[in-house]
Amino acid sequence: MSETLKVTLEKPDGTVAILRTDGYINNTGGEEIARQAYALLGEGTVRLLLDLERTKIVNSIGISILIEVLEKVLDQGGRLAFCHLTPTIEKTFQIMGLAQYARVFPSPEPALAWLRGEVE
Amino acid sequence: MPTAEPREVHLTIPVVPEMEIAATAQVAALGEWMELGRDKIDEVKMAVVEACINAFEHSGTPDHKVELRFRVGTDTDTDGGRAYLEVDVLDNGHGFDPSRVTAPRIGEKLRAPHKRGWGLRIIRSLMDDVRIESGEHGTMIVMRKYR
Repeated sequence: MSETLKVTLEKPDGTVAILRTDGYINNTGGEEIARQAYALLGEGTVRLLLDLERTKIVNSIGISILIEVLEKVLDQGGRLAFCHLTPTIEKTFQIMGLAQYARVFPSPEPALAWLRGEVE
Repeated sequence: MPTAEPREVHLTIPVVPEMEIAATAQVAALGEWMELGRDKIDEVKMAVVEACINAFEHSGTPDHKVELRFRVGTDTDTDGGRAYLEVDVLDNGHGFDPSRVTAPRIGEKLRAPHKRGWGLRIIRSLMDDVRIESGEHGTMIVMRKYR
């Protein structure tokens, strides 16, 4: 059995990046997201969107790694947004309080507008 | 709690990464059979994943196995009965004291080196009833979700 997470990077412009996940966000999945996010932060892209449209299950270890990513994004004055969460993943983010520090959107368009500072 | 005609399925999984996903397949099958609803099925799956990885990581179970019992039943305490899906997750590890598990807080976790410890909080929030029995011979978490 393998639920290896695939992460695809898209940079629609020089200010934001989209990481699209496909699969289970567990410890290895979270580490792959973090690896790509830290590379983006290292090159100065500090406004990140995580699109979880193709992720149907997560675990708390994976989310804990996302909290690490969030901490580093905030430390660099950036923003982190999520979109396309299943109702259960969104509820879990609410339970953990993640939504107090990162924004959750139904789709990429409003998330990108928030990340770019076009709306608050 | 009295119930009528419970139906049980048993599954034993090895303590191997991602075997918790095998357990979620059983939740999906029974949840669909009892028409639990997609969102509630997903919530039970998430709670089962958390209970399994807690057992994998913290129980120290000597046989390197986790046992799951999936039960569909009806709560006869209420008028007309309420159907439920209940899952027991058992290990033979060293046990723990649930009252000594500190509730995690996101504001503290953001600045702390240790960002984990969310499992029980998630389980209790996603399920309708949760009971934990733990001692020196193992732990059993009983989680119930009503339709």
